[in-house]
Amino acid sequence: MRYHTPATFEAAAALAAEASGVTRFLAGGTDVLVQLRAGMVTPDDLIDLKKIDGVKTMARTKDGGWQIGVAVSGAELGANAALVADWPGVVEGMELVGSTQVQGRATLVGNLCNGSPAADSVPGLVAAGATVTVTGPSGSREVPVGEIPAGPGKTALKKGEVISGVTLPPRGKNGGDAYLRFIPRTEMDIAVVGCAVNLRLDGDKIAEARVVLGAVAPTVIVVPEAAKAIIGTTLDDAALEKLAQAASAACKPIDDKRGTVAFRTDVAGVLARRAAKIAYDRAKGAK
Amino acid sequence: MPKDELKTSFKWIGTRPDRPDGLDKVTGRARYGADFSLPNMLHAAVVRSPHAHARIKKIDASKALALDGVKAVVTRADLPTGLSGEDLNLQDNTLAGDVALYDGHAVAAVAATSALLAKDAAKLIEVEYEVLPHVIDVDDAFRADAPVIRPGLADHSVPKGAPGNVTRYIEFGHGDVAAGFAEADLVREETYKTEATHQGYIEPHACVGQMGADGKGEMWVCTQGQWYVRRMCAAVLGTEASQLRVTPSEIGGGFGGKTTIFMEPLALALSRKAGGRPVKLVMSRSEVLRATGPTASASMDVKIGMKKDGRITAGTVSFRMQGGAFPGMSPIGEALPCAFACYDMPNVHHEAYEVLANRPKAAAYRAPGSPMAAFAVESLVDEMSRELGLDPIDVRLTNGAKEGTKSSYGPKFNQIGLVETLEAAKAHPNYAAPLGPNQGRGVASGFWFNHGGETSVSVAIGEDGTVQVSVGTPDIGGSRASIALMTAETFGIDYDDVRVNVVETGALGVNEPTHGSRATHSNGKAMYEAAGQAIRELCKRAAADWGIDAEAVEWADGAAQPAGPNAGKFPPMSLREIAGKMGSTGGPISGHHEITMGGVGASFGTHVVDVEVDPETGRTTILRYLVVQDAGRAIHPAYVEGQYQGGAAQGIGWALNESYIYGKDGRLQNTVFLDYRIPVASDLPMIDTVIVEVPNPGHPYGVRGVGETGITPPLPAIASAVAAATGVRLRELPMSPPKVLAAIKARG
Repeated sequence: MRYHTPATFEAAAALAAEASGVTRFLAGGTDVLVQLRAGMVTPDDLIDLKKIDGVKTMARTKDGGWQIGVAVSGAELGANAALVADWPGVVEGMELVGSTQVQGRATLVGNLCNGSPAADSVPGLVAAGATVTVTGPSGSREVPVGEIPAGPGKTALKKGEVISGVTLPPRGKNGGDAYLRFIPRTEMDIAVVGCAVNLRLDGDKIAEARVVLGAVAPTVIVVPEAAKAIIGTTLDDAALEKLAQAASAACKPIDDKRGTVAFRTDVAGVLARRAAKIAYDRAKGAK
Repeated sequence: MPKDELKTSFKWIGTRPDRPDGLDKVTGRARYGADFSLPNMLHAAVVRSPHAHARIKKIDASKALALDGVKAVVTRADLPTGLSGEDLNLQDNTLAGDVALYDGHAVAAVAATSALLAKDAAKLIEVEYEVLPHVIDVDDAFRADAPVIRPGLADHSVPKGAPGNVTRYIEFGHGDVAAGFAEADLVREETYKTEATHQGYIEPHACVGQMGADGKGEMWVCTQGQWYVRRMCAAVLGTEASQLRVTPSEIGGGFGGKTTIFMEPLALALSRKAGGRPVKLVMSRSEVLRATGPTASASMDVKIGMKKDGRITAGTVSFRMQGGAFPGMSPIGEALPCAFACYDMPNVHHEAYEVLANRPKAAAYRAPGSPMAAFAVESLVDEMSRELGLDPIDVRLTNGAKEGTKSSYGPKFNQIGLVETLEAAKAHPNYAAPLGPNQGRGVASGFWFNHGGETSVSVAIGEDGTVQVSVGTPDIGGSRASIALMTAETFGIDYDDVRVNVVETGALGVNEPTHGSRATHSNGKAMYEAAGQAIRELCKRAAADWGIDAEAVEWADGAAQPAGPNAGKFPPMSLREIAGKMGSTGGPISGHHEITMGGVGASFGTHVVDVEVDPETGRTTILRYLVVQDAGRAIHPAYVEGQYQGGAAQGIGWALNESYIYGKDGRLQNTVFLDYRIPVASDLPMIDTVIVEVPNPGHPYGVRGVGETGITPPLPAIASAVAAATGVRLRELPMSPPKVLAAIKARG
């Protein structure tokens, strides 16, 4: 195994492009090192991104959004009061990953690139309309987060491409987001179902909404029908019921050791309802 | 000893000092199994079967042995033949013979100069398998058309015509059950099922073993019983027990799972083959879950007859239990007598079948067999109590076993404390706490025999008057603290002046492991007798100094004293004073006692649990949990409470989420703690405890043993609470959210 500490993302991308065997990028390491120890993946080239300038910083962008470095940990996100005020659903998704100790290392981009359909931070990012900067041999481009997952353990990144940053759009006024997941325990578990809702109000009515489900399909899924069910409503019971039905209808889950098809389908609707209520209350100014 | 001779006021017993091993543990100084290392040591890795059931056609280790740094490979061909009974079971489990019997069954082991190299070498050992039909589920294994996985192992007890995987059958009872059922106002019969669960100890199995060509060896190992390791390794390897010296490490949990061996003989066999170099073998969590002792899974029929006032007129149980692919491993012999032990049963009948399945060799797990039996019987008692509109505690008080009751399994109960636990539970504020929507309360009682067993203890007086106690039982639950308290009490010295050491096999006679809730109970008695011997010698030394008869000296308040005015007038001679000059007054002073401890006092407990069930997701939250249990005497109440809470926590995991999940291919799918879901701290409320003390007349300090009973009531108590909260009764564990939600939806 070769261990690399490139000084730039361009250098990291070049290393990955030239590597011939199994390549892994290392930021927090909370997936890579666990898989290494378990004998699941033994990289030939391990490319540590933590020596690159700026990977540990997060800052507001000129337009009022957020730029987040690829090695910023979940704990750091949670400690940033301004970020939490803007995007509580994104941060609460990330903070559900692992234990307190893992939170000190785990990153948004790592959670995204691990490729798990159950990744807790991904639905919130997709619902928020976040993008990532992909740096590769032919330069950098902005890609919506939702286009990165390509199936269990797979991403759409090509050989020699590395994610070099995360951008959250400006929160704007009267907006709120939320993420909920179902696990049988209270922590230290993998989502059986996850749901993020991001919405904006015009008065009491929902003007915009995005509903995103995790762990119910090979990748995170956006459910436009679910959003449609609540847009133009005050989130009354009828709208919530339609939302739940649309969320359940969009599920394409599997039976596995963590849950059944029937259970995941039911609970997706339940979580959509509950997450929408929280997002709505937050848009109304609830803390 | 008669109960009126039991002391009731103490200086040390019943106090809560820090445990003597506490500082080492919280500072990381304590040495656990994997912390031992020796010069020139090799590291081992194990090749395990990826199949639930497969014939081993060929093992080719040539590529592994060709690696520089690989020093030895062992297969079954390196072990002696001709073993029988449990010794053969142990050998069959250490390394598969012709057939691998479960996913994870060890097939070969390799030792190399580093752990990484050993792992790489293990991957190069080529094993050719012929996959055979497998069976996993206990009911599937019991079917007449199931693949018979190990023909010819049924013992003489198995009735003719029993299914081919049955290896043992037990049947007993008393009274006339037909007449009892005829007398009942309500007769109900139900079937219950529990999954296998793992003990879930935080420390994986680990050892360093060294053995020369002469069969002399040493081992440092994480175990509950160093003499068991010695005997079992010697049997598997065909060496002599006394030529193997076994030193136990600190232990990060055992719960019964470390009362046997799994991979320890491999370290010794590899060492022997590698010229006597020490070999370290540490299991990963996945190896622990795939290949070390879970408890049994069970399928259980129960029938109970009850009068309108709750009086039980008759009961029968018929159990099927699998404890893996090895005969004799299921706890049917324990489950049956525990089934109705809480009740005065005029008419009762028990039967149970042991069934083999392609699963790992079961080991003891905290009150083996009793939690499953309690799940079946206590659930049905609760169902019938509700149907008759009776309070579940009152029904248990109506039928509760007490002193003089002929137990459901035969012998008469001595002084026991079941009724006292029921009364304390009924009076506790938790039993009257208001419940909200989707919340429910469950109650159950539980029983464990407790065990005495072979015990050898030495007590030695130090030159400064301090006392050293040597015991042979690894401390898994605070036994060093409790033994030190009893020693301080017996000698009349300070707790801090006692050191209790858990010693290696060369230092004492044979000790059984720390099992059966016996450590405080049996060591307490043996220490008491050994201390008595030392005290007699101390009195003799004082008598010689004073020039009076030894019989005229008594021991009180940590000093020799003239026994009454006729003995003469001498100031008390302290332990420190006598010890300071013992070299010149006759030599070292010590005491020693060996016993196969009887005088066991059974421990009963009653639990009350409140749950809330999310009707939309089926998720159960434990709101309140109360454990009431008879300790006999709580020597160190904080560690008694810890045992109660630990038993409840493990029972909660078993009830709600823990289970072995196998694929259709018979491979275990949840081999890490991420998916083998034991409760995490945030899942549990602070577990309330009440210690009931009905002293055990068979023990000098009234000790019963408290470790195991606590895991027995949670399964049915939680099932009854979930039933109260949702209106649906789950008769199959675990009560995981998908199952609960499906049951709620089926209810409509």
